[in-house]
Amino acid sequence: MTQTISQNKTRRAIFPFTVRLEPRLETPRWLPYATSIGSFVGALLIGGIILALVGGDPLNAYAHIFLAAFGNAGVVSDTLVKASPLILTGLACLIAFRARLWNIGAEGQFYLGAFGATLIVQQVLGKDTSPWIFIPTMIGAGIAMGALCGFLPGYLKAKFGVNEIITTLMLNYIAFFWNAYFIYGSWSDRGFQLTPTFPQNAWLPRLADYALQIPAFAGLTIHLGLLFGLLATIGVWYILARTRWGYEIRLIGDNPNAARYAGINIVRNTIAVMMLSGALAGLAGMAEVTGVVHRLQDRISPGYGFTAIIVAWLAKLNPWAIIPVAILFGGLLIGSREIQPSGLARMLQGIILFMLISSEILNRYRIRVERIK
Amino acid sequence: MTFLTNILTAGIANGTALLFATLGELFAERAGVLNLGVEGMMLLGAVMGYSAAYSTGNVWLGILIGVIAGGVLSLLHAYVTIALRADQVVSGLSLTFLGIGLSLVLGEGLAQVKGVPTVPVFSLPLLAQIPFLGAILFENKSALVYLGYFLIPLAWYFIYRTRPGLHLRAIGEYPAAADSLGINVFRLRYFYVLVGGMLAGLAGASLSLSITPGWFSEFTTSGFGWIAIGLVIFAQWDPLRAAVGAYLFGSLRRFILDMQGPPTILFFPNPFFQDRNLQFFLEMLPYALTVIVLVIGSRAALRRRLGAPAALGIPYVRGERGV
Repeated sequence: MTQTISQNKTRRAIFPFTVRLEPRLETPRWLPYATSIGSFVGALLIGGIILALVGGDPLNAYAHIFLAAFGNAGVVSDTLVKASPLILTGLACLIAFRARLWNIGAEGQFYLGAFGATLIVQQVLGKDTSPWIFIPTMIGAGIAMGALCGFLPGYLKAKFGVNEIITTLMLNYIAFFWNAYFIYGSWSDRGFQLTPTFPQNAWLPRLADYALQIPAFAGLTIHLGLLFGLLATIGVWYILARTRWGYEIRLIGDNPNAARYAGINIVRNTIAVMMLSGALAGLAGMAEVTGVVHRLQDRISPGYGFTAIIVAWLAKLNPWAIIPVAILFGGLLIGSREIQPSGLARMLQGIILFMLISSEILNRYRIRVERIK
Repeated sequence: MTFLTNILTAGIANGTALLFATLGELFAERAGVLNLGVEGMMLLGAVMGYSAAYSTGNVWLGILIGVIAGGVLSLLHAYVTIALRADQVVSGLSLTFLGIGLSLVLGEGLAQVKGVPTVPVFSLPLLAQIPFLGAILFENKSALVYLGYFLIPLAWYFIYRTRPGLHLRAIGEYPAAADSLGINVFRLRYFYVLVGGMLAGLAGASLSLSITPGWFSEFTTSGFGWIAIGLVIFAQWDPLRAAVGAYLFGSLRRFILDMQGPPTILFFPNPFFQDRNLQFFLEMLPYALTVIVLVIGSRAALRRRLGAPAALGIPYVRGERGV
């Protein structure tokens, strides 16, 4: 029964071995995590070599990144602030990928979520509204705008079979210009390309706000968005692992034909998953403008929505693993801010993802090297 | 009339970069390999080409290096998806990240350099005298534009009228059948992914060395790679339709600029002249149109039961069932 597939890599004279890939019947539980960690380390090595080739000092750069991200309580807090949107957008990608929907539009959904929150501040509620009304309304607006931005590609995919990769990606650009129209135009603060600072009532509470009661919190920038991320993680885990809907999502992702034969409504599920995915990314955008930036401006994201794809994949689409991976990538973002060349963090992300998918063959196949007799 | 001529003239130039990228992706997808890394390969081609042309002073060497850079990057995708059987979507996305990151690292400081040569421009004698069309198609065009004209019929003839073209279509539709006839599916898929990468590299280099000379970090390509992937679906994997789409989208870029100029259009006040901020809605047009074009393409594909090569996105494993 065992089926073997031999790669044509036999060079009899020079290389008297043959490499065979044997499908694994069972994957050990620890193996996927080992390959994840292995690919991360491998990516750092390759990134270091490239950095050295273009004349950088990789050891120094990595040490700097690590210290600047995890060196003391203050920077750890900054790292967690960067991790908050990554947890939410990472979950957004995760839930879509579980259903085999390639939502590459978390970035645009993030932008529109931020737009939704700003819309409430600018046009709907007055300056003196209580935070107890302000914050829930802005959460609702952010989620609604994100979900709307997820609905369109979901609907087109479900009804007309339009490739969601391209539509979500194009919506990223559209969302960017949509925000630009308001920032440069009617919401502009004295002609600058940003809105006026939000009133304090509309800010998400930060740890530093409680420094009077608890002195240890002084200067810590962690805001309520981190809690959103943790709650959303529990929520996404619960949906996927404990509900009928989650079962349908997983079935569609693992075997769409079986799902269809089982009578699962693919059209409705596709739209719903894309909307949930957009809502999570929209919440991330809302939390970022109300918790960190406190205004809408054109560059509110250093590519959270794209990094989220790698976060989700490195977490092996497991909701709990999203949190440590997001913190790791938050640290990479914080630590590489002052590093030259500026593209280093993004190059590392690309290499990590590549190492990861290349190593996945180890989870599925056993590699046998045999001597040719 | 000059309004239209201007737009179409610029459209041919802008469209040439899109054309190369679209044709490249078309070859890879015809062979059954989806490569979403076009944007990354284009950027790497653009930065390597620009950098090589700057340091050697020879624009053709720059183009060549750009082509090679795109090709080398695509081989990574080919190895991971063909030999290691990884998911083509994820691999393509990581190729984009890697390409963008690498280009930013390599392009550090390249934005300020001056005196980089550009591809020579010339008119074709006689053909340029044709009224209206001559000025648009054959007057003061970059050499790469003429290369584009040459590639369109060549790609069409190759895919539909030659034996290797038949093999190309076979490995994308039914690789198991092709394999049983002695066609080396693995080798050919490597080859066509490489062709796709080289054309994407050429597209990038033609942007940085001819169409919009210069290195503007990731704004050099500004989503052209993604539009190219959309165009392949719109074109239903046909090179002639791909060319039409590429030139139309190229024209759109100039249209956006030209729409903001005149105070009135056909005696009506021009809203884009009155309110400068409306330009952002014009800027959305290429991306919004890509979505619309995709909807049209997908509906037509559903109706005519035509569509993607049957084995697109599926790794070929010898001896396993399925296409």
